[in-house]
Amino acid sequence: MTNAQGRPDFAVIAGWVAPGHRVLDLGCGDGSLLRQLIDARNVQGWGVEIEPANVLAAMRNGINVIQSNLEDGLRDFADEAFDHVVLSRTLQTVRHTEGILNEMLRVGREAVVSFPNFAYWKNLRSVLDGRMPVSEDLPYQWYDSPNVRFFTLLDFEALCAQMGLTVVERRVLDEAGESIAVDAAHDLNFLGSLAVYRLTRAR
Amino acid sequence: MSGSSVGVVEAQRIHFSEPLHLRSGGVLPAYDLAVETYGTLNAAKSNAILVCHALSGHHHVAGHYADQPENLGWWDNIIGPGRPLDTERFFIVGLNNPGGCHGSTGPSSTNPATGKPWGADFPIVAVSDWVEAQARLADHFGIDAWAAVVGGSLGGMQALRWTISHPQRIRNALIIASAPKLTAQNIAFNDVARQAILTDPDFHGGHYYEHGTRPMRGLRLARMLGHITYLSDDQMGEKFGRELRHGSFAFDYDVEFEVESYLRYQGDKFAGHFDANTYLLMTKALDYFDPARLDDGDLVRTMARSSPQTNFFVASFTTDWRFSPARSREIVAALLANGRRVSYAEIDLNFGHDSFLMADPHYHGLVDAFLGNIRL
Repeated sequence: MTNAQGRPDFAVIAGWVAPGHRVLDLGCGDGSLLRQLIDARNVQGWGVEIEPANVLAAMRNGINVIQSNLEDGLRDFADEAFDHVVLSRTLQTVRHTEGILNEMLRVGREAVVSFPNFAYWKNLRSVLDGRMPVSEDLPYQWYDSPNVRFFTLLDFEALCAQMGLTVVERRVLDEAGESIAVDAAHDLNFLGSLAVYRLTRAR
Repeated sequence: MSGSSVGVVEAQRIHFSEPLHLRSGGVLPAYDLAVETYGTLNAAKSNAILVCHALSGHHHVAGHYADQPENLGWWDNIIGPGRPLDTERFFIVGLNNPGGCHGSTGPSSTNPATGKPWGADFPIVAVSDWVEAQARLADHFGIDAWAAVVGGSLGGMQALRWTISHPQRIRNALIIASAPKLTAQNIAFNDVARQAILTDPDFHGGHYYEHGTRPMRGLRLARMLGHITYLSDDQMGEKFGRELRHGSFAFDYDVEFEVESYLRYQGDKFAGHFDANTYLLMTKALDYFDPARLDDGDLVRTMARSSPQTNFFVASFTTDWRFSPARSREIVAALLANGRRVSYAEIDLNFGHDSFLMADPHYHGLVDAFLGNIRL
């Protein structure tokens, strides 16, 4: 899973969880986010990870980690077992997009999703120049990218509406990881490199 | 994983005079346990790890005896200075469970009521009985809570049972290549193994000691069958294929294929030293193990009795079809449903059920990482 160096979305996510919350991090990598949330916010954390080396790294980090394939859903997890289910920069690597979003909101009260925005103006410019974008938030060449779904902030919001999911909060970051203080969705879609969403579903 | 063996070790025998009341309704009036320990128990007695053995294991877990340099403990590769069960940090305890045949009181011991070997009269022991015996062993050493209880297969069932029976006395549980209960297929394998022993004319209803015989044929067959189920198809294919010992078909029933030779060797070796009554007992303990039975089969309710403070590491192996990954995941799911601290790894190793005994760097790295988080 993507496990880039600077993780500006971590700070946003940390601001959304409260002490004592149960947090499930899907595609948790070496467990850095959970380690940060446990140390700074005193949450109870579990991670899901498929890569053996990451499972080992997460365990060395003292993180509860379950080795499992997200494409198989979250069958080992009970309904509403978590306060937050996090999918940090991983949604674009999952084939069963709707499936994983449904599963997140089955096992969790709230889903937290961050993803690179393909409509970011530098990405658009790159495509106009004839090349697929490579950036801070899209750090791969087209031939070695783990990404299988290419979508924008507006695409994502349209899917959420279609699935009946409620956007509780949206934070859009630039390449430096700074929040963009603009309200209009179309402008955010153009200016934002990384989007972070809090989602719920009416029960 | 680097590190080295613990080297020369000694076994001890500890007598327990308080009767052990068993799950089966039977009673062991008094009993001995054969025990080995490695490393040093710290002043706070907070660094003790119990290693539980599987079907054919015993207390000789690591190292070797001074006069038997070849006789390495059955899990030597994971124990020692610098190894995951690090003897410079932990005090490791191995025992032979009651009913065993390696020095603890078992069917070949003398029944005090008759002055003769127990034989078939030895009461059936369950995993929960072993855990009680192990709890008394902890008392003997003055250990309030184990830093960890570790086991593979039937040993993993004991570690799991510990977290339910004595949740406050186990801080970390390592449940490897195990299951919350056996499947019908698994019980069926055990029954064929038992039938091989029970129908051996030398068995004499379990009182073969008095007849000066041993049901070697039955025990040998039981082991051969078991052995097939502990390996993976791929591994057997790679190791033996269809290789012939003499290059061409002999058109008779003697040993021809290499795999036959191997299995017969394993069967003979095992039948030469293992006690048939112990084999029967151990397989029954496996079959009966089902801690969720008293909770209407609901493992989630059963695991609610574990402590929220206990950390669990559950591991399975991709090629293990006798205790498949799906069975380990049942344990994981029940723990997650209770919000327990659990990590789970599905390790890609090619040795079937026996993978848990292999010195694989990733596998041992995971055990090392989990134990490394223990604060003493």
